[in-house]
Amino acid sequence: MSTATTLIDKMVDRWGRRLVIGTPYLYLILVFSIPFFVVLKLSVSTSNDGIRFEDLTTFNDWVFNLTASFQKYRFLLQDDLYLNTYGSSLKFATINTLICLFIGYPFAYFMARSPVSMRPVLLMLVSLPFWTSYLLRVYAWRGLLDDSGTVNSLLIWLGAIDEPIKMMHTAFSMTVGMVYTYLPFMILPLYANLVKMDGRLIEAANDLGAGPMRAFWLVTVPLSKNGIIAGSMLVFIPSVGEYVIPELLGGPETLMIGRVLWDEFFANNDWAMASAVAVTMVILILFPLALFNKYQTAAVGRGTA
Amino acid sequence: MAANLATTAHKSFVRIDRLTKRFGDVAAVDNVSLDIEQGEIFALLGSSGCGKSTLLRMLAGFETPSEGNISLEGESVIGMPPHQRPMNMMFQSYALFPHLTVWENIAFGLKRDGMPRAQIAARVEEMLNMVQLKRYAKRKPHQLSGGQQQRVALARCLAKQPKLLLLDEPLGALDRKLREQTQFELVSIIKSVGVTCVLVTHDQEEAMTMADRIAVMSEGRFIQVGKPHEIYETPNSRFVADFIGKVNLFDGVLAIDEPDHCAIDTPEGRFYVAHGITGTIGMDVSVALRPEKIGLQTEAPTDTSSNAFRGTVVDSGYYGSFSVYRVELAGGRKIQVAITHAERHVELYRRGDALWVTCSAQSLVVLIS
Amino acid sequence: MEAAGGRVSNFGRFWLIAGYAFLYIPILTLIIYSFNDSKMVTLWGGFTFKWYGVLAEDKEVLDALALSLKLAFTTATSSVVLGMLGAFAMVRYQKFFGRTMFSAHLTAPLVVPEVITGLSLLLFFVMLQRAIGWPERGMFTIWAGHTSVGMAYAAVVIQSRLLEMDKSLEEAAQDLGCKPFQVFYLITLPMIGQALASAWLLTFTVSLDDVVATAFLSGPGSTTLPVLILSRAKLGLNPTINAIATITVAVVAVGVMAGSLWMYKQEKRRAAEQAAAYRDG
Repeated sequence: MSTATTLIDKMVDRWGRRLVIGTPYLYLILVFSIPFFVVLKLSVSTSNDGIRFEDLTTFNDWVFNLTASFQKYRFLLQDDLYLNTYGSSLKFATINTLICLFIGYPFAYFMARSPVSMRPVLLMLVSLPFWTSYLLRVYAWRGLLDDSGTVNSLLIWLGAIDEPIKMMHTAFSMTVGMVYTYLPFMILPLYANLVKMDGRLIEAANDLGAGPMRAFWLVTVPLSKNGIIAGSMLVFIPSVGEYVIPELLGGPETLMIGRVLWDEFFANNDWAMASAVAVTMVILILFPLALFNKYQTAAVGRGTA
Repeated sequence: MAANLATTAHKSFVRIDRLTKRFGDVAAVDNVSLDIEQGEIFALLGSSGCGKSTLLRMLAGFETPSEGNISLEGESVIGMPPHQRPMNMMFQSYALFPHLTVWENIAFGLKRDGMPRAQIAARVEEMLNMVQLKRYAKRKPHQLSGGQQQRVALARCLAKQPKLLLLDEPLGALDRKLREQTQFELVSIIKSVGVTCVLVTHDQEEAMTMADRIAVMSEGRFIQVGKPHEIYETPNSRFVADFIGKVNLFDGVLAIDEPDHCAIDTPEGRFYVAHGITGTIGMDVSVALRPEKIGLQTEAPTDTSSNAFRGTVVDSGYYGSFSVYRVELAGGRKIQVAITHAERHVELYRRGDALWVTCSAQSLVVLIS
Repeated sequence: MEAAGGRVSNFGRFWLIAGYAFLYIPILTLIIYSFNDSKMVTLWGGFTFKWYGVLAEDKEVLDALALSLKLAFTTATSSVVLGMLGAFAMVRYQKFFGRTMFSAHLTAPLVVPEVITGLSLLLFFVMLQRAIGWPERGMFTIWAGHTSVGMAYAAVVIQSRLLEMDKSLEEAAQDLGCKPFQVFYLITLPMIGQALASAWLLTFTVSLDDVVATAFLSGPGSTTLPVLILSRAKLGLNPTINAIATITVAVVAVGVMAGSLWMYKQEKRRAAEQAAAYRDG
């Protein structure tokens, strides 16, 4: 018990702490924060060819100049295409979230009510699609909803319709794809929340004269608030910026901001515009993001495991 | 404040000196001093949040004191990290390592000391024999019952031959029946090893039966330190009298104060008490009377040396070995009386019975604070 | 205090069955049509294995797959290490400068749309390359992007395990003579081992599956399998894609089911042993 070893231990302790916090923090700043500031900077920079930029700050004759151009933002706000796209993205994300909640909440509730021995299997079956390629699962709907696809073929064979129904490349096909992709993200946090709920609370409510429906609305739903918020944000935020689903299943009427950003970057080579679109998208999801951050520890915790 | 600052002539084994621990503005442990002798089992007793666990954790080295000193055999242990302190702690949850067998759990601390293999094997063997778990050596903790887990935890602590054994709610995780049995086993093991021990508990029975001395704690301070019977029979305050066991408290004023006796006037009448106090006539005091020290009789007492009051039975409860009566005194005050059933129970008194309540002057204690 | 294992009403059973059907029918049709002997993907033309043969000779696919696996392996490993440190920082240190910011940073990549992470990281790398001549777009840049998302997933999984771990286990180890680092590798690491393994597998699949961020970050000659699939899928239906899907589903299904079954058996054995211990007390 010499003081020398104690001193070394203390140093190891202090440096250990710095290392534990510092390493991941540094990495996140490097790949997450700084890149965002680069985007922020490019969105107010001027360029002739779209990919080469003039310096925002110049230092001439001991005079410090800051030149920022808000031309891209002005364009974003004036052009109907962009405004419509933002509106349409929010609309589809909202519809997607609501449908997922409508299907997912009863689903998670019945999972949590099923016999204890069944639950691990039911849980595994929900998370299994997580482990298979999302891209391939989206692609699968093309085969189902195509004019000559499985669904139309089946309906014609049954005699229900004579002509194939146009489903592919419509708002319908895209919504189906979104709901399909994001449903597990809604179910898992809800299930994690509902399964922990004390069954005696419902019994108490029944005992006090509330019927099953009233008990559900007055006890179960309010108590699962954390799960509802976490699940909804987990669905809503990524839906806003979804690219793959509108690209593979969407059509001309399903304007989505993620796809616009992609095109600005890859097709038009306009990096400043793409950056401005990205910045506005971040502003759009900032509030939901804060909401998610607040509730994720409470509800998601075990959901993704 | 009644901290025991007993300055013993010989050097004390563990000395806690004006120890304080603050969390923000709150003092969890507030200027506490204590000497513990070698071989003693010492209990820190109090309700949750009284600071007993914080004090134990400071002894183990998991919390750093804000002020004050802890010394073991005259040497300060402040600043020494837990892994270097010659003390071992048994956790309330036992904290047995779930991925290690019973044998490996007990050997864990010995390996850290770099003890030779053969010696480790011998020592673990000895410990397993002591707690009678030899045939469970290869099991994992989850394959043991609660009582067995507790014994493994104890063996793991004692394997390192600590100078001080710390027990955090040692029986807290066991059910009631097992608790009584384990309590005695635990004490006999500790006494046979001869290790000095500090235990923390919220259960007064556990503290009374296991400990040589008890400190009753509240709000980070020691209210009373003493042997179990001292704390029970001569509590130094309303708090201790009320906290340990059941008690009837009568508020009154000091009427007579002589060296060998005193009298207190209360709304229920005058109590004669067989000890003197240091106080002034007319001061506010309380008289404490334990339910089992009260007698009930139907005729008026002839012995005038006893205190006697008239009363009426309001309620009774049968507990098997004894019964508890609630008796309303003349002034309307209700007291509890416990009558032991020396013989097979027949209902002694019924609700509405008028009778006499008696208690000797020796059974009363006057409380000033 | 778990929800009581009750009975599910007929309506509930219907809802569950319909839900699972919705989740699985598309995957099933993908599999079925991978055995379809017809160029028209949606018309059944008899049973065949030929698309698997085509796939086995498609060098583009095989190269992309090799790169994807390499990336997934490195990403999973680095994500688990960084995610573990992040989870530790959040659980063990209740107070440090910028903790709220740190927490936000750690969870945001879970939900921020990938077009944003992809674009911002790419622009950052481009600016960096213009300034110091490094890095070239390719495997390294993709790895960096995948790890930023992967560590968020890993941190969530490991964090929940750390939170439910009895803190007194670590204190007991210290009390018995462990130095801080010994506590970590003798006690903490074995305790969270399973969480580390599942975090590794999860980030492995997240990386293997990622397409949008990868598309931004990949350079010429560094095409991953999902990027390749996306470019082919954009052109229309293609039976080789169905074949790829079938193989991944088969691998994943076997792996996950075997894993779950093993864990379930472990759990059962444990429960039985526990019950036995209390019986012969």
